[in-house]
Amino acid sequence: MSLQNKLTEAFKVNTKNVTVENYKKEAFEAFSQKGFPTTKDEEWKYTSLRSILKNEYGIESAKATSVTAETIAPYLVDGVDSYKLIFVDGVFNTSLSDTVEEISVKLLSEAIEDASYEDIFKNKYNSLAKGQTSLTDLNTAFTNEGVIIEVAKSKVVSKPVELVYLASGETSAMLLQPRNLIIVGENAQVKFIERHQSITDVATFNNVVTEVFVGQNAIFDLYKIQNDKNNASLVDATFVAQERDTVASVYTFSFGGNITRNNLSFYQNGPGCDSILNGVTILEGDQLVDNHTLVAHKSPDCQSNETYKGIYGGKSTGVFNGKVIVDQAAQRINAYQQNDSVLISDTATINSKPQLEIFADDVKCSHGCTIGQLDKSALFYMQQRGIPKVEAEALLMFAFCSDAIKEVKIPGLKRKINQLMADKLGVNIRFDEI
Amino acid sequence: MKYTEDDLREELKTKEYEYGFYTYLDAETFPKGLNEDVIRAISLKKEEPEWMTEWRLDAFRKWEAMAEPEWANVRYEKPDFQNISYYSAPKKADPNKSLDDVDPELLEMYKKLGISVDEQKKLQNIAVDIVVDSVSVATTFKKTLNEKGIIFCPISEAIKEHPELVKKYMGSVVPKTDNFYAALNSAVFTDGSFCYIPKGVTCPMELSTYFRINEGGTGQFERTLVVADEGSFVSYLEGCTAPSRDENQLHAAVVELVALDDAEIKYSTVQNWFPGDAKGKGGVYNFVTKRAVCEKNAKVSWTQVETGSAVTWKYPSCILKGDNSTGEFYSIAVTNNYQQADTGTKMIHLGNNTRSTIISKGISAGHSHNSYRGLVKVNSKAENARNFSQCDSLLMGDLCGAHTFPYIEVKNKSAQIEHEATTSKIGEDQLFYCNQRGIDTEKAIALIVNGFSKDVLNKLPMEFAVEAQKLLEISLEGSVG
Repeated sequence: MSLQNKLTEAFKVNTKNVTVENYKKEAFEAFSQKGFPTTKDEEWKYTSLRSILKNEYGIESAKATSVTAETIAPYLVDGVDSYKLIFVDGVFNTSLSDTVEEISVKLLSEAIEDASYEDIFKNKYNSLAKGQTSLTDLNTAFTNEGVIIEVAKSKVVSKPVELVYLASGETSAMLLQPRNLIIVGENAQVKFIERHQSITDVATFNNVVTEVFVGQNAIFDLYKIQNDKNNASLVDATFVAQERDTVASVYTFSFGGNITRNNLSFYQNGPGCDSILNGVTILEGDQLVDNHTLVAHKSPDCQSNETYKGIYGGKSTGVFNGKVIVDQAAQRINAYQQNDSVLISDTATINSKPQLEIFADDVKCSHGCTIGQLDKSALFYMQQRGIPKVEAEALLMFAFCSDAIKEVKIPGLKRKINQLMADKLGVNIRFDEI
Repeated sequence: MKYTEDDLREELKTKEYEYGFYTYLDAETFPKGLNEDVIRAISLKKEEPEWMTEWRLDAFRKWEAMAEPEWANVRYEKPDFQNISYYSAPKKADPNKSLDDVDPELLEMYKKLGISVDEQKKLQNIAVDIVVDSVSVATTFKKTLNEKGIIFCPISEAIKEHPELVKKYMGSVVPKTDNFYAALNSAVFTDGSFCYIPKGVTCPMELSTYFRINEGGTGQFERTLVVADEGSFVSYLEGCTAPSRDENQLHAAVVELVALDDAEIKYSTVQNWFPGDAKGKGGVYNFVTKRAVCEKNAKVSWTQVETGSAVTWKYPSCILKGDNSTGEFYSIAVTNNYQQADTGTKMIHLGNNTRSTIISKGISAGHSHNSYRGLVKVNSKAENARNFSQCDSLLMGDLCGAHTFPYIEVKNKSAQIEHEATTSKIGEDQLFYCNQRGIDTEKAIALIVNGFSKDVLNKLPMEFAVEAQKLLEISLEGSVG
């Protein structure tokens, strides 16, 4: 039985919350009509989900196996003092998670039963994700857990919030669909680190949706670390709606996993917004990473900065689709986009599609896209000075990626990223000490 | 007196499409409609051999099964293919096709276009093939070309006189089933130019074709085939105009270029079909398939200036098949009022050490939309491919749009690809600088636009460059934002 049929059979709504019930029914209807995307779909031209849809996924959320602090330690950012929120197989793990007092954290399953959240469900929840893609609809229809985080007005959160979703199922392939909603109040500042990790040998498929609302003058940072096992796939959709004079940054570090698709959408709803989208991808084997970004400039006097760097080895495939839309009302926009890739093997592929759609005249929009090799003379120079070739190459590749990393605001996280990059490039260099 | 924006607006309103005159030629036109009988009739009319008739019918049957493409970033009312006359010929066109026999009214028409078939061009050393509505009416300089062994004639003549060449190359670059409009063209094309440059010959003059849709209710479907044999060189020019009409006319052409080993083809187009009036009524639908194949060490260079047409859908492409082959694409696309253009190129790198350059300049004004759509593809076996692409857009006024859809697909690690795109408007400081020095706003804009397009204009043959510059000025008059 195909996954779609299986999902159709399993669909049921068991909530008393009428608003959510309607969202779920609507989304399920939309998903049933559209089905899973295929490569005939322009937005999925270079990414086929066929291989991962074949797996026999367990639809009902499995009972979480016991996970100890030691098991999850490698997947946390060591050296960073953070609020940890740990989910195991889609279930919140109270013993491993920290209690957070600075901000309001409510589990989705509890919020649905709580009448005081009705306003949020009516006005915020699903307002960005609704009808976006068939996979976001699928998430809306089936999700049963996640977090609703509210940061109060003018609150500067002292520590980053680390969201970790573990997959530990042992019997059948797992389909996990967490759903998050983050509401950042006026003048508030908050940082998030997000990671989806499989600690099992069965195939996993994460279909994640995160909606973020950034209130006036607020500063929001989100760091995504993707270094999953080779049988773990991820389709992530993150929507960020910005009010006036906000700064929102999303960093995506993709070093592993089977198929990873990042749908990242920014909506600038007020003047003076700044959106920052950075990404580093280093792949090998059969891995595929597809970064699909959208910056919708809807208001005047805003800017966006996008830098994506990719290094592709083995038989890996990199896809980049960067869309910038400037509405007619969005005058005096400064939009910049850069996508650079290096292929280091004969069998790797890169497909890049930077895309501009501009309806306003007083704008400065540019995009650049390059595909090339490491500078041979630079390599030779370093080898002459006794630096082994592998290290010389790694140094050049690190330098190549550094533009997208240098503005990471959490020092401990930066160290971790540097370490992951060194591992990935097969060298033992402390890049952060260079 | 100060030249104000209001003056400009007034001038824009009264500004008419300069080439929108209709010449009263006695024309022979087929009744509207399309079916196998019409195709047989066209074929019969052109006195074509049996194989050609079959070729057309095969294309027609395939076309019937195809759907009209929807993916382009343009919106228009779909043409009714049964409401078009597929054959229209000026009656007096003489089979001898010597210049003296050409209808004097026709020559007058070309004078108005600024394209004279007479002495003036002879001095400039250009051989011209003129296609009005669907039929080629004059080919000049035949003798000089014959001496070199160059064949330059209407394609209908080539089908009769050089069937071996036509059979071998027609459809080899753009197959019948390539796309909806290419299939339609394969079925109903009525004329076009054929050009063959023998081995090692450098064509001594520019070859030129001029297309004009004259008759109302007709479509123009011409087919151009240029074959440059080993080591030869040819520079080919193409120009087009049409009268102003309220209805939308369809133009679906196919251009095939074959550059064999070490050959070079330079193909330049100045497209100035009627763009519709200021309210977006009427205008030509320009749905064109242009493609070139480059063998070893060959080079093909496309240069285009697109100022006309209500809707343009055109992607001159290069298949870089042979090692060391080169493809170039230089384009200026100007849209004003309600024009829509979706244009760009495809560079397919198959051979080793292949190189391609893309320079595309889009200028949008009024309510128009201008899209660049390009593909750079490097095959896994194509070592050391090199591509440089640059797409710049200039916006005038806040009601127009500029869009960029570049596709880059690379499967070989030795490839070096660079792509950059910018979008901006004419800076107020630049205008102010010109105004300060006594250059009025309109002139200043023409100056800045010319500077913006210089990279492409430089690639045009001299006399075309002058015409193109003038066209740019005309197209953008009164569009100060």
